[in-house]
Amino acid sequence: MGNHAVFRVDGLRKSFGHIEVLGGVSLELHAGEVTVLMGANGAGKSTLVKIISGVYERGGGTMGLAGPDFAHKAFAPNTPAEAIRAGVVTVHQNINDGVVADLDVATNLTLDRLSGSSAPFLFNPGRVRREAKAVADRMGLVIDLRARISDLSLADRQMVAIARAMAHQPKVLILDEPTSSLSSTEADRLFALLDRLREQGVAILYISHRVSDIRRLADRIVSMRDGIISGVFDQKPLDYEGAVNAMLGRKIHLDRIVARNSAKAVLTADGLRIAEGARPFSLTLGDGEVVAVTGLVGVGKTALAEMLFGVRKPLAGTMTMNGRPYAPGSAGEAIAAGVFLVAKDRATSGIVGDFNIERNVSLPFLKRTSRLGVLRRRIERATARRQIQELGIVCRSEKDEMSALSGGNQQKVMVARWMSQAARLFILDEPFQGVDISARRDIAAKLRASASGRATLLFVTELDEALETADRILVMSEQTIVGEHRNADIDLERLLAEVAGRPLHSAA
Amino acid sequence: MTLRDHAIRYGFILLLFGLIAYFATAADGFVSPQSAVFIFQSVAITGVLALGVTATLVVGGFDLSIGSVATSAMMAAAYVMVVLEQNAVVAVIACLLIGAVVGLINGWLIVYMRVPDLLATLGMMFLLVGLQRIPTEGRSIATGMTMPDGSVANGKFSDAFLALGRHRFDFFIPNLIPVSVVVLLVLAALIWFFLEYTRFGRMMYAVGSNERAAELAGAPVKAYKIWAYIISGVFASIGGILLAARLGRGDIASGNNLLLDAVAAALIGYAVLGAAKPNAFGTAVGALFVGILLQGLTMMNAPYYTQDFVKGVVLVVALVFTFALSGRGRR
Repeated sequence: MGNHAVFRVDGLRKSFGHIEVLGGVSLELHAGEVTVLMGANGAGKSTLVKIISGVYERGGGTMGLAGPDFAHKAFAPNTPAEAIRAGVVTVHQNINDGVVADLDVATNLTLDRLSGSSAPFLFNPGRVRREAKAVADRMGLVIDLRARISDLSLADRQMVAIARAMAHQPKVLILDEPTSSLSSTEADRLFALLDRLREQGVAILYISHRVSDIRRLADRIVSMRDGIISGVFDQKPLDYEGAVNAMLGRKIHLDRIVARNSAKAVLTADGLRIAEGARPFSLTLGDGEVVAVTGLVGVGKTALAEMLFGVRKPLAGTMTMNGRPYAPGSAGEAIAAGVFLVAKDRATSGIVGDFNIERNVSLPFLKRTSRLGVLRRRIERATARRQIQELGIVCRSEKDEMSALSGGNQQKVMVARWMSQAARLFILDEPFQGVDISARRDIAAKLRASASGRATLLFVTELDEALETADRILVMSEQTIVGEHRNADIDLERLLAEVAGRPLHSAA
Repeated sequence: MTLRDHAIRYGFILLLFGLIAYFATAADGFVSPQSAVFIFQSVAITGVLALGVTATLVVGGFDLSIGSVATSAMMAAAYVMVVLEQNAVVAVIACLLIGAVVGLINGWLIVYMRVPDLLATLGMMFLLVGLQRIPTEGRSIATGMTMPDGSVANGKFSDAFLALGRHRFDFFIPNLIPVSVVVLLVLAALIWFFLEYTRFGRMMYAVGSNERAAELAGAPVKAYKIWAYIISGVFASIGGILLAARLGRGDIASGNNLLLDAVAAALIGYAVLGAAKPNAFGTAVGALFVGILLQGLTMMNAPYYTQDFVKGVVLVVALVFTFALSGRGRR
């Protein structure tokens, strides 16, 4: 089938402020092929997709779309609607963005026609259903057209969203992590649909971390890292491990840390099971050590973090903390036991937007900052000032609004918040997400320097971040822990194979 | 700070002083202790309700039932004293209980039944408007009224209860300050201190700004939300007690404007000092602003039916201050 590129981007650049997110990305998509785009968080995948789909303006470079005579013509959408008209359709990660939950399937499938400027003022329900049926048939979609979207399963909604996108008969279809909320049988239905579209000659860009998806679908794999394409794999058989390596990077840092061993266990977990059907695992975290859990997106890292912090119940297993049983029922109980969590995605789970730095820092510890319920503002201010010093937060004063800070400094405030009191177990879930390199180094150095007296547990997708900060690295895959490495003379080969979900069974 | 920042921060206060200056020159007798007291008295009941609704706004909610809680409390006070022939203390306790229970139910509906705040409290409003008429078959309650079963209600409002609405404290001038104004000022100070200086108030703001962050910081978010509605209900019932004491009867036709006036005062409060968020001081100033405006217009012989229009204009202007100019509006 077509080795013909129907869509091409050349030297695409994009910066937000002075942070460069895309540093010259070039990419080709071929008709009748599934190109898988892999990349860790912050690699620039979403930015790339948003530029192609007309959500963001590009900072530099060109895009071209093949015309009827296969000559490339410039493609520069200013709005998502323009991109769709030109034949480039995107199904975004959040399924519910693609469908209107309160309407029925038929209306959803024909929504774009109904809302178009040429649509008649009155619409005929019979005709809507006929048109919807035509769209569904073309896609091989078997579904009750009168069902309300909100009554459908996630997979069915996803199918409707894709069918709706395909009603435009696009040349290029982009799917952003479409299986992230689907079960494996649901995903199979999606794959069958994509096979069909591939046969129809649609060029598909498929963004995913799931190795199983990639094995099933990919004709080509493109790996992205730090805003550039770090590898293109199109030789059969496809080199999956090479692609994962290119995505995670395997450059070894010169400023390697000196791994420490811990004598005293702070937290032990036995037979912990975090998802239905997952293999139970055990875990010991020692006093003074920094442990990093790494693994691809969606392998259960956040679930484990939330279980340790009491906001999610394990399906099975017990935990002890300093030898005593530990089964927190809420974040409040975990905090009282000295377990602190810097949650993933600070904007939604960490920062209180109406509060300034000082109040964000004191938030979890107001009880200790007050007497008979009355806040002691002098102590609050002194704590905030001390923490600003400790972490090197760049700000004018502790009264600065959070929105005035850069991403790195916002994250430092989140870390400062939880370091303002002594922890027994300090958990950080993706603490380096959306953080520039210097802030990342600062935070990592601070974590290591202050590590004694507690156990520190990081959850990171980027292997580099684990190698830079941890004494011990645990690898997660398919909702369980599959590997453990002391961060000294690590067998990277083996570690990367575990990350990719194919542990090497040969003895190391 | 830029001129714009200053305009946002002090604009509304300046407007208030401008208004006072204008009325002082244009309306005879506007600047007098009696006039000032009258303004406070006119806003005392709506002010108390507004302070309560501020608590729910702080946690990111809303309470539309406050007006009907106040009138229900008024009817309950009248019923307890006139029909059940109980004393003032029993009447006050009954009212406060009604407020607390209604707040608890509102909170439960919103937190555990997941009914959106506006809808839950709207439903509660209708429910209470109907409920308060059932015991007397829709009639107002006054001494000597005939009950549905044909008997005559012989109880009467106790003097102690009526004093809540009619007694005036001496303050330089004899018989100057009504009890309701004192109640307003005390409650305003209390809720202001609570929201600004206690950890509970601080947490309520956190819940309103980012519920998930507050939860992950260990706050019992559900409890805070329910308490906000209980505060709102209790404050509204205090407003109802003052209303009953002022009227001296359980009047089913009164209190129609309470909800809108109180909500307006709380929302105007967003604009005061550029807070751009619900706050007790702003709410008190907002209530005062409306009171001054109406008193001034009345003294200048503006017809009564223009009042709602003027209030609406003030509210819209205040909301523009909050949301457009400061650019950090939420909700």
